[in-house]
Amino acid sequence: MNKENIKNWLKVNLFSNWYNSIISLFVLFVFFSIIPSFIDWAIIKATFIGKTKADCKTGGACWVFISVWFEKFIYGFYPDKELWRVNLAFIILILTVVSAFFVKPKIKPFILFFLIFIFPIIGFVLIHGGFGLENVETRVWGGLSLTFMLTFFGIIFAFPLGVLLALGKRSELPVIKYFCIVFVEFWRGIPLITVLFAAAIMFPLLLPANTSVDKLLRVAIGLGIFESAYVAEVIRGGLQSLPKGQYEAAKSLGMSYWKMNFLIILPQAIKTVIPGLTNTFIALFKDTPLIILVGLLELLGMVNLAKSNSYWLGMAIEGYIFVGIIFWFFSYLLSRYTQSLEKKFSTERH
Amino acid sequence: MFLNSEFKTTLKKNLQLSNLIPQVLLILFFIFVVYFFANNAQINMKARNMSSGFDFLNTNSGFDIQFSLIDYDGSSSYGRAYLVGLLNTLLVAFFGIFFATILGFIIGVSRLSSNWIINRLSLIYVELFRNLPLILQIFFWYFTVLRSLPSTEKSLIIFNFLIINLQGFYIPKFVFTNSHYIFYGITFAILTIFLIKYYANKMFYEHAKVIPVFKISLILIIIFPAVFSLIGGVGVKIEYPKLVKNFGIFNYLGGVKLIPEFLALVFSLSLYTSAFIAENVRAGILAVSKGQKEASKSLGFNSSQSLNLIVIPQALRVIIPPTTNQYLNLTKNSSLAAAIGYPDLTGAFAGTALSQTGKAIEIIFIVMMTYLTISLLISLILNWYNKKIALVER
Repeated sequence: MNKENIKNWLKVNLFSNWYNSIISLFVLFVFFSIIPSFIDWAIIKATFIGKTKADCKTGGACWVFISVWFEKFIYGFYPDKELWRVNLAFIILILTVVSAFFVKPKIKPFILFFLIFIFPIIGFVLIHGGFGLENVETRVWGGLSLTFMLTFFGIIFAFPLGVLLALGKRSELPVIKYFCIVFVEFWRGIPLITVLFAAAIMFPLLLPANTSVDKLLRVAIGLGIFESAYVAEVIRGGLQSLPKGQYEAAKSLGMSYWKMNFLIILPQAIKTVIPGLTNTFIALFKDTPLIILVGLLELLGMVNLAKSNSYWLGMAIEGYIFVGIIFWFFSYLLSRYTQSLEKKFSTERH
Repeated sequence: MFLNSEFKTTLKKNLQLSNLIPQVLLILFFIFVVYFFANNAQINMKARNMSSGFDFLNTNSGFDIQFSLIDYDGSSSYGRAYLVGLLNTLLVAFFGIFFATILGFIIGVSRLSSNWIINRLSLIYVELFRNLPLILQIFFWYFTVLRSLPSTEKSLIIFNFLIINLQGFYIPKFVFTNSHYIFYGITFAILTIFLIKYYANKMFYEHAKVIPVFKISLILIIIFPAVFSLIGGVGVKIEYPKLVKNFGIFNYLGGVKLIPEFLALVFSLSLYTSAFIAENVRAGILAVSKGQKEASKSLGFNSSQSLNLIVIPQALRVIIPPTTNQYLNLTKNSSLAAAIGYPDLTGAFAGTALSQTGKAIEIIFIVMMTYLTISLLISLILNWYNKKIALVER
């Protein structure tokens, strides 16, 4: 870019008229008065290496807080010598998901089958114990790994249920139709917190005496049902967008209701709403920190706990920035991926 | 006749065995689940010597709520505590929606600005705020920003109108005498506006004359209450917060005090939701095709007419439905108040009242039903509006 081009670009984009010039200058001024002091605090004056709060003397950010507590932020109170189990479970998950991008389309359904039906069992045994592995109670689970576990569980729980609810909402059988409508509207009309309270406090009262369901499991199922209502609404949108001819063609081939839906209707409907589904799952991911309200500590909960530790008071900003970066990174990544999918599908469709 | 035959075919369909079985099974399953839970609840309650029912709403609550729009103290009933919580929820939702809408429209329009810096900055704003969990944003405002404000003695005082310190924000209180006259004025103004709107519609369709209803309404809604106040003798007394020293501790008394919990909630809810509204606004403006503007110009509309009569109504048709959904989300999200101890419906009622009475089933039922009612009311209004503005095609 030569000088003339730069001048031209500035004129068109920043100083096209007098009020645009004023706004641009004002924003630039604010920008340059805030950014340097932030960089100064976050990087130049910050302390990165150390073991205690006392090591942070320079007056900048104390990233020692993050590095000392890092393991707790990721794994919660999971016992040190068993950490490899959590790691292994996540490595299997990541490898499977990544491999889905490279294999032939024919093998993809098998990968999906593995993820939905087999991996949860492997993951549960690895993380919880059994088959010779030492039992690790759910109350020591925590940190970022718990965030991911809940998100994953929520997705594989909410997706099939959401599909059934969406089909039910369009059913010709009135009892099923109205049951599904009321069910979906109910869960969509209440805030997640009330669901979590109900799962943690109210639900044990509804079970037979002497039986107990693990609190984390109760909360996870609550989260899953809550999310399934949103999934159902998204999939219903996809079902509505399909032309009637698809149904009629399938019926004229003599397909049964389930065959028609699973082979003809759903594959097309779900494909069109993948962006909406991803958005729902991003929302689920961002909602998991709410479990802090019923005493379960995922990433944000662990940071909140650490910042009120008497040796580490005054570290809230560093902690929240750390949590923010992690959540922002994953949400943004997924939403960009969704947008690219949207573009891909929109060129395919026309 | 048509209805009758249609009814008959549905009835016939439903009486087929293959259609009947799943429906009957679903009903039986539902009854079983409800019975199972209800039975267990009864047994459990008996074992714990707990009574069920809603009688507790009339008993003394015995706890105090630090932020309330109506009179409330420890001797008030749980029913009153519920009302305080509900009003606090609605208050946060109202202010959240107000600021989220203003911010959202500004950011949404800025996203389409030709100014590169404004354009990029609003993009960063949207991507930043909508990709961070709301609860993190609430914690951030509450535990870091509002905690780093100056102490009471060193309060930030802005034009003697806004006082900012660790305890919260203080603004002057406007005490009205004979305030009902203002209310009469507003009612009268609204009635007049409806009449004018009716007349303007008639003039528009029958004589093709455009009457600036919005401008007239704006003037009327100011003038009528003002005139009524003069007639009724409405007086305004401004009560400023004053710095008082009590037992060696400085404190501001008088005026309206906005507690940090309230502020953190309103800030984070409006910033978070505004990012979503901004995207709706942007999509709405982009949805109006260029041809519409050109067509209105070729019909001889001037730029403000083209904006008011052609562009904005069409953009609003796209903007309003998803934005109403965001309002609904904001109202439901205000339940996150429980995380920082703001006494809203969830915090005060499902939190404090529940832990005091132990009536988990009743209280969670009431809270869920309240939110559900609010949600259904808003979606009913939305559906009515959608029908009203739906494109009527030939």
